[in-house]
Amino acid sequence: MRTGHDLELAAVTKRYAGGAVAVDAVSHLFPAGSYVCLLGPSGCGKSSTLRMIAGHETVTAGNILLSGKDVTTLPPARRGTAMMFQNYALFPHLSVIDNVAFSLKMKGVDTDTRRKRASSLLELVDMTAYGDRLPAQLSGGQQQRVALARALITDPQVLLLDEPLSALDPFLRIRMRAELKRLQRELGISFIHVTHGQDEALALADQIVVMNKARIEQAGAARDVFNAPATEFVARFMGGHNVLALPRGRFALRADAVRLGPEGTEAVVTGVEYQGAHVAMTARITGDQEILALIPEAQFFTDPKSPGNAVRLAWDDHLLHPLTQ
Amino acid sequence: MAKSLGYPKDISAKMKGAGMERFLKSPNITGWLLASPLALVLALFLILPIILIVVVSFWSATEFSIVPDFSFENYAFLFGSSVTYTVFLNTFKYAAITWAITLILGFTIAYFLAFHVRSQTWQTALFLLCTIPFWTSNIIRMISWIPFLGRNGLANETLISWGVIDAPLEWLLFSDFSVILAFVHLYTLFMVVPIFNTMMRIDRSLLEAATDAGASGFQTLVNVILPLTKPGIMIGSIFVVTLVMGDFITVRFMSGSQSANVGRLISNDIALLQYPSAAATAVVLLGTVLMMISAMLRLVDIRKEL
Repeated sequence: MRTGHDLELAAVTKRYAGGAVAVDAVSHLFPAGSYVCLLGPSGCGKSSTLRMIAGHETVTAGNILLSGKDVTTLPPARRGTAMMFQNYALFPHLSVIDNVAFSLKMKGVDTDTRRKRASSLLELVDMTAYGDRLPAQLSGGQQQRVALARALITDPQVLLLDEPLSALDPFLRIRMRAELKRLQRELGISFIHVTHGQDEALALADQIVVMNKARIEQAGAARDVFNAPATEFVARFMGGHNVLALPRGRFALRADAVRLGPEGTEAVVTGVEYQGAHVAMTARITGDQEILALIPEAQFFTDPKSPGNAVRLAWDDHLLHPLTQ
Repeated sequence: MAKSLGYPKDISAKMKGAGMERFLKSPNITGWLLASPLALVLALFLILPIILIVVVSFWSATEFSIVPDFSFENYAFLFGSSVTYTVFLNTFKYAAITWAITLILGFTIAYFLAFHVRSQTWQTALFLLCTIPFWTSNIIRMISWIPFLGRNGLANETLISWGVIDAPLEWLLFSDFSVILAFVHLYTLFMVVPIFNTMMRIDRSLLEAATDAGASGFQTLVNVILPLTKPGIMIGSIFVVTLVMGDFITVRFMSGSQSANVGRLISNDIALLQYPSAAATAVVLLGTVLMMISAMLRLVDIRKEL
């Protein structure tokens, strides 16, 4: 549904002086109020795309529209976007509250007003008690909350997050990820989140945009992208899929749809990895194709296999998902 | 003795060796041993001479002899003479003006090099360009100003031929102008280097964050770059202020012996073999400079830079 605050990219291209193309005519509509993850391997153009939306990178060709207004050449602060940087980029010489109030100071808002506003944002991210500290005195998670508050104080329609969780340890990452989602729901604005972790994207995104080699490979709801990868690249990058080359064409097959059975394709086990809830078993079938099967743990251990064993693998044909390339 | 205690000789020797080894390996001792060469050099060549100067400053002197003594007559003469105050004031004036000019120049050059020169090759090349004046000696750099600034020098002749002035400008050479010009020429690099160094450590994403928050280029400069560059500014300021406060040769050459600073006061005393008086002046100068530095260090914490 189109509402006022959609963000639209129209054939946005970034070409560097050397001729290298970082983003190649990318067009996409980011619906207002949605959590979108730009997902892809490093160097795929996802960060450049984000930085062009933010206005920190010039656009070589194409247009960026926000709320129906062309913002392609506007300075970052006049676009209605705000950016949260990968390393948070907090000003080390300013206290937490002054960091948050920075953009208001630049606008010439008086000290009392801007501090009051900054306090309310610190409350939003649960950092009220740390207002007087310097960034160096905060943990990574706390710094991130401050960076969030600083980005949100400008009342952006779109918040841009550049790999916001990559600097955190795994436990904190999962906690902050829930927090980001909660904030996005509460504020009702769009979050565009760049990441190279598919689990992060699946957990957070209403919509996933998978990028590869400067282009959008596939875009859609998280569940659609995972269950119906359009290309071999998406299937492999999202993980949990086998790409099968059958006489009829190439197909994606979810690893948890592969069964160990009394009948089916003959295979030789090449590896067994215990993963807790599942056992990841790799096996080689004819034609030198490796197949990954995620087998429920209890089921696997009723008749455990080890590398070298001959097994039979089966799957339901209707679960084979055809790939376009 | 070891034998009488029932230990075979070699074991006792081994124990002694082990004790020595343990002694040498204790972290405290290692630290002291590592620090001692530098401490020794400093004690011998810095602390000792300063103590000697302080001692000599209390000696008394006549026209033809120096007498070991403990008298305050040198200090009394120094603080009683109006010349002292004039000369100190003049020295402060040189230091302050040179500091202000080198700071503005140094900050601008460093800012340009650090933030506007994108390619690292150019950065290095331009930085080396700044050091060219240092390829030749201090004195030659100073003296080379003389044919340029003199009454019939290049500057005057050019200005006359352009019709800007009718008569040669007298204040170009052998004046405060030429003294400060030489100081700035000599010492700007001492300001550029530490400021450039600090600026290069500023995370570039901070500048983007400032832009993102709507800061203009000037606001970013004042609110982000300047505060983060303070330690470099302070280190550069200490260099320049101490160098100018202690200088005597630049003032002598460039003022044509018409202006004085504390360094020249000391060098004149030494020329007249008035060592105690020179020592007393040196002690007062040292005290003054140390007070200035400690005041500067109070303003800015430079430890992060060291």
